Formats: sequence, structure tokens, C-alpha cells
Amino acid sequence: MAARLRAPGFYRAGLLMLAAVALSTGVTWLIRMSTGHATYPHYLAGEAILTVSLLAVPLAFLIGIGGFDYWFYWAVGRPTRPEDHSGHGAYSWRDYFRINTDHKVIGVQYLVNSFFFLLVGGLLAMLMRAQLAQPGSQFVSANTYNGLFSVHATLLIFLFMVPVFAGFGNFVIPLMIGAPDMAFPRLNALSFWLLPVAGTMMLLSFLAPGGAFADGWTAYTPLSVDAPIGQTFFSIGVQFAGASSIMTALNFLVTIITMRAPGMSFFRLPLLVWANFATSLLVVIATPFVAASQFFVLLDRALGFNFFNAAKGGDVLMYQHVFWFYSHPAVYIMILPGFGIISEVIAVKSRKPIFGYRMMAFSLLAIVGLGFTVWAHHMFTSGMAAWIRIPMAITTVIIAVPTGVKIFSWLATLWRGVLHLDTPMLFALGFITTFTAGGISGIMLAMVPFDIHVSASYFVVAHIHYVLFGGSLMTIFAGAYYWFPKMTGRMYDERLGKWHFWTTFVFMNLTFGPMHVLGLQGMPRRVATYAAQFADLNLLISIASFGLGATTLLFIYNMITSWRGGPRAPSNPWRALTLEWQVSSPPPVFNFDRVPTVVGGPYEYGVPGAVHGIFEPAPTPVAAGSGIVRAPSE
Amino acid sequence: MPSRRSLVVLIVAAVIATAIGIVLSYTIHWFPAQASTQAHNTDLLYHVLVIASVPIFVIVVSVVLFSVWHFRMKPGEELKDGPPIHGNTRLEFIWTAIPTVLVLGLVGYSFVILHDNEKKPAREIDIGVTGQQFVWTYQYPPSVTGGAPINSYKLYLPDNESVEFNMRSKDVIHAFWIPAFRLQEDLVPGITTHYRATPDRLGSYPVVCNLLCGVGHSLMRSTVHVVTPTQFKAWIRSQQNSGSTSASTGTTSAGTSG
Repeated sequence: MAARLRAPGFYRAGLLMLAAVALSTGVTWLIRMSTGHATYPHYLAGEAILTVSLLAVPLAFLIGIGGFDYWFYWAVGRPTRPEDHSGHGAYSWRDYFRINTDHKVIGVQYLVNSFFFLLVGGLLAMLMRAQLAQPGSQFVSANTYNGLFSVHATLLIFLFMVPVFAGFGNFVIPLMIGAPDMAFPRLNALSFWLLPVAGTMMLLSFLAPGGAFADGWTAYTPLSVDAPIGQTFFSIGVQFAGASSIMTALNFLVTIITMRAPGMSFFRLPLLVWANFATSLLVVIATPFVAASQFFVLLDRALGFNFFNAAKGGDVLMYQHVFWFYSHPAVYIMILPGFGIISEVIAVKSRKPIFGYRMMAFSLLAIVGLGFTVWAHHMFTSGMAAWIRIPMAITTVIIAVPTGVKIFSWLATLWRGVLHLDTPMLFALGFITTFTAGGISGIMLAMVPFDIHVSASYFVVAHIHYVLFGGSLMTIFAGAYYWFPKMTGRMYDERLGKWHFWTTFVFMNLTFGPMHVLGLQGMPRRVATYAAQFADLNLLISIASFGLGATTLLFIYNMITSWRGGPRAPSNPWRALTLEWQVSSPPPVFNFDRVPTVVGGPYEYGVPGAVHGIFEPAPTPVAAGSGIVRAPSE
Repeated sequence: MPSRRSLVVLIVAAVIATAIGIVLSYTIHWFPAQASTQAHNTDLLYHVLVIASVPIFVIVVSVVLFSVWHFRMKPGEELKDGPPIHGNTRLEFIWTAIPTVLVLGLVGYSFVILHDNEKKPAREIDIGVTGQQFVWTYQYPPSVTGGAPINSYKLYLPDNESVEFNMRSKDVIHAFWIPAFRLQEDLVPGITTHYRATPDRLGSYPVVCNLLCGVGHSLMRSTVHVVTPTQFKAWIRSQQNSGSTSASTGTTSAGTSG
């Protein structure tokens, strides 16, 4: 047992977490006692201990499972353990519950963790719709309802949308660029383990006295400053999720810049890699701002800094500017990698090169630049200086142009192709139509007089669900089916996949389409009940949303049963040219037994004899069936 | 290349779909009653936006459906590839330039409407709006009442007269939204915010708080009564006589912050 408590793992983590609680108690007790009776009548205060524990316990957990071992050894001058690659690869399901430095294992960890939180977030949404099925319903209390939508949005943004794309990136990017792993494998492992920490913290807030954080995922001040202790779970949880994003983005940037295979110039990169490059730039620049906004709230709450207390010279609107300076770029963080997935799927499934490859890459960079100039369009009715609305409205409509370029390029790629209408392609085509609808309502919201009517109404709820559910989630499903054979070595059930697409597509539109009308007619968002005039549409939406929730079971069932017993996948079931399909399914532990050399573009479908990468001849003869690759010159 | 005939089918279908979409957008009852001059302007802007949007949406969907119909893999084409077309600079320029011009035109038009909606008229009355968890109160200054100021839970406005709301919050952020006017703005602690409306239709319309303000947010509603100027004067007098002039907004707290 003593050995188990010393070795990295869950036992040591548990022990250190207990120690962290004791330490937090001691530290707050000491500080309060040293300040004396005049300030603190009680030296032990639950809120103070909880706040410090929320910072200390996660760190203790991460140290306990071994996230910092190598760096601690190095920092204190002890001999670091020689890298024997024992942390690479997964040989049983248990390996997914350990610190693992293999990007493919981490990618799967990311994806499974994200889909778990998709289910939790979706379940919370269905509880909300149960409450909203009828006006005046008392299914849950108003405070619980406010907690439900706040945790719903927070989990789906910080624990699903952002990390699920990092999961795809983790698995696919090193393979696509011909690298054996990510640039910083230990950092990669640590960045994953921050996520379950953040997600658990946000879920546990439901058990906090006063209930979960209930001010929306936007946590506007001063409401969030005066809220019960559950709010602290948000303020600190976001720090861990944000730190994870930043670490992964740095890792992607360094990996993409420095670890490309010979011949893989930037303009031979698959567009998924371009998309993650652009996204990582956004993450690295923007994420510190959301961290700052929540540190402000934390300092206001815990230590009375009065950043947002107008009576003490605080500035309420400043919070919104800092918050949206991250949270607008965040919506591109949640869609650009999806654009990358769609480019891969459309090119391969249309058997044609991407139309206007360079414009596709440049439009991503244009979105990165413009993405930082539009944040105040979330604040047209906030009471900020009126003139800011004009430039922000102009940049907001202009950012639609590079997005439109991408849509038109995908359409032109379809044109005259040979369309394989299997599950990933159906999701890609579904994405194009629903995302266009969401983009159009986005343009409408950029129009200041119209926004003044519908801002913060159900029209906005409809818009964000069209771009995030109809947009991002469709790309995620497309990507999940597309790379499933590569990740698991098994084929998924095509018939179930098609059922999943059609039911999702229909119920998605039935759920979120009518919300546009509710918003135009005057229904505010984030309300636990509503006027009787909105009853019919809300009932329809609630019924459709339960259908939408049920469709996810098709996906989960398909993934689990196919992973366990699906037919074996060949190395390249889609006849794709990009490098990840030139190795076995699943790939060897170090990806490439022979270093690939890239000699052409990634999408040269229809060009006779075209090759993207070639592999050096093997140094020694290799036994058949050992997962060694062939050049894609079939 | 698709035959000329199938292309004609595509274009005709797209034109018909566009026409149906636009007609539908006019027959669907999108909005609540139009009760202010600003509402007329904003609804017009909305219809212009829909007319501009429908063709874009129809083009995208038609090309997707046409491709699915015409370019789907047929039996025996399992190993076939499409033609290696890498791009077309002229086409890419066109689909960058046309949307740019279109969205800039629309946003320019929206600024015209915005300017029109917010223009200061020669004559207008000021009414104070106070938000607090979870109640609206309204202040009628002497310039409006012609006597002692009134503080009331009720919002009465004279028809066809421009009114500027001067809005303050006592606790957290609220938003003062009158859907029938198509107008809203946040009430921000520490500053006074404003907007201007010209009611032009008699009747009573909902007022809702449109920014999450705590546990009672969904019930923070009120009503605006648009009445004739004579009725408005009579209502002001009745309020003065009933002695509500001394009502202090501090005594109306319906709840405490979390």
C-alpha cells in the first residue's frame, strides 16, 4: 500500500487531495487568526476554506496522478526517469485512466471525456425543456433552473466544444504532418487531465450551498459577485479548462511549425491542420482574457476588491468588454476546427481537390484577425458608448465574407465530384445547410436596430444553437465517423449512422427553428417561466428536444458496439491521400515506422498517379501484417 | 459537366424556392403589434434582410441538393475520381466581392434606420425607469406632470409623443425591453442609460426584463399603456390626487440578491 501511495496514480492523488483540504483549512485559519477578532469573529469559515480548496485540491490531484513528476524531479535536481516510452500506447482500457504521453491515447481520452460531458450537458438541457414545456411549470425551482442553463452552457462550451476539437487535433495532427508525436508529450498529458478536473468542479457546484452557479455562462457582474458560493466553482473551474486550452494550443502551434515531415510545406498541409493552426492562435491570444475576467470576479467575491462595485468606483461594463474579448473569438475556436473536418470529408467523399485551397487557408487567417475586432456586437444594448456599435457592426458583417468563401468553396468542391453519401458526408452536407442558416441569422444580428429588438431573446438562443449544434456538432459527428476506423481499427455501422444523421437533422431543426419566432415575438432567454402566449411553440420545442436527445443514443450505441465488435478496418477505407490513412488502423505506437516524405498536395484526387507522401524504403525486411505502410499509389 | 437541361432545372427550382421563401416570410406572423414609429422602421429592416437572405440560403441548399441528385456515386463508380479542378480565380473573386458589397450595403442601410430611430425630436418628454430585483418603477418628473413628481409601478405614455427613458438600476443589470416598440437597453449600476421611443398605437403591451437578474428574473414583467394625451393628463392627475407622489422607490424591494 505504501508503494501505491508513493507511485503516481489515483491512490496518491486521493491522499494528496485530503492533504490539500487540510492545508486549505490551516491556511485560512492562520490568515484569519493573524488578522484578529476585529475582522473575523470566526477563524474557521466554510466559504473561505472551500474557495482555497477549489484551487488546492485540483492541483493536488494533478500532482498525485503524476502530471508534474518529471518536472519536479528536474527542478529539484534529482535524476529524471529515463524515457523508456512505457507511457506510450494503450494496451488495455486501464491505460486510458493513467497519465499517458501518446498523442493518440490522449486524443481518445479527450474525445471520450468530451462526449461524456456532451451527454451530461444534453441531459441538463432536457431538464430545462421539461420545465419549459408549459408556462408556470414548477418542475424545478427558478434557482435550480437558472443553475441548469448555466451549467448546461458552461459544460458544453468549456468541456465539450473546445476540447472535443482538441481531441481530434491531438489524434490526427501528428499523423497528418508525419510526426511521431506532439512536440511536448508531457504537457499534452497534463493538459488533458485538467479537463475532468474542471468538469467535475462545475458539476459539483450543484451540491454547493445555495445551488449551482446560476448567472449564465456569461456570469455578468455584479450578479455573479453577490451570488452564492456555487459561483466560485465556475470562476475557478474556468481557470482549469482555460489553462488546458492554452497548453494544447501552444503544443499544436509548436508541433505544426517544427515537426512537419520533409517536404510538408505550409501549403501542402491538410486544411484540418491549417484550421487547428488558426484556432490555436486564437486560443493563445484570447483565453487569458476569460481567465482574467473570472479572476476579477473571484477577487471581488473572496477579497472585496470592488472591481465591479459601482458604489466604490468599480466599472460594471468593463467586465463585459474583457469577457467578450475572449468569448467572441471563442465561437471561432468552436467552429474553425470543424471547418477543417468538413474540408477533409468533402474532398475525400467528393473525390475532388478542395476548390480554392489557398483561399481556404487565407480565409481562416482572415477570421483569426477579424475575430478580435467584433466583440462588442454582444453589447449593442449594454449601455456602452453608442459610437462603438458602428465599427463593430461593420467588422461583424465583414467577418461573414471569409466564412462565406469557405461555404462556396465547399459547394464548388461538390460540383462534378463523385459523391459518396455515407454518414460523414451526410453530416458534412447537413452542416453546410444548417450552418448557412445560422450564419444568416448572425448577419441579421449584426444589424444594430434589429439587434436592439432581439438581443438576449430566444432569437439569439436559436442563432447560437444553429451555429453550435447545427454547425459545430455536425462537424464533430462527421469527424467522429470519418476517423472512427483509424482510431479504433474497426468500422462503424453505416445504417445506424445514417439513421443518426437523419433523426438528428430533423429534430435539430424542429427544436431550434421555432425559437427564432419566439424571440421575434418577445420571449426573453434565461427565464424559468414565460407568458402564456408562448405556450404552444414551447411545447413543440420541448417534445422535439426529447427526440433530439434520444438520437444521441444511436450515436453512443453505434460507437460502443462497433468499437467492441465492428468489422476490422483496413488502413485506408476511404482511399484518402492524407498521411494518417497511409498507416495501419489503429496506427503503430510511434505512428510511422518509416519517415514519410511529402511530395504533393493533400487533395490531388482525380490527378492521375498523384501522391501526397512517399515512404523511404524499409531498412530491413519486415514481417507481413506488422502494420507497415504502403505508398498510396494504388 | 451536367447537361444544360439539368442546369435549367436547377435554376428554375432555385428561383421558385426563392419566391416561395419571400412570400412565406411575408405571410408568417413574425412580430408582436407595432406600437412605435421605431417598430415600423425595424420591421422594414427585417423584411429587407429576409429578402436579401432567402436567395443566399436557397443557392446554397439548391447546389447541395442538386449535387446529391446529379453527382452521387452511381454503381460501378466506386473507384472513380472527379475531375482535378483546383480553383477558378475569377469565380473566387466574384464570391468574395458580391457578398462583401451585399453585407456592406445592408449594414449601411441599418445605420440609416438606426439614425432615424434615435434622432432627437424637437419636443419630447423624459420618464425615469428604475430597475431593481424584481420590480420596475417609473418616475414622472415635474416637466411631465406639471406639478409634483410621480413615482409609480405603472407606465403610461401619451400617444404620438416622443419619450426618452432615463434608466437606472439599484442592484444588478436589468434590461428594459418593450417588444411592441422593438427597443431595449440595459440598466447598468453606476450609470444612467437612455433610449427613445415614439409610441403610435393605443393599447397595452408587455414590458419584460431581458437580462438575467437573479431568481425572480422571469417574473420581472410590467405593462406599458399607450393612451391619448387627454387620458394621459387625467391619469397623471389621478396619481397626484391619490398621493402616490411620495412613494419611495426604496420600499418596493420584492426580493434580495442571492
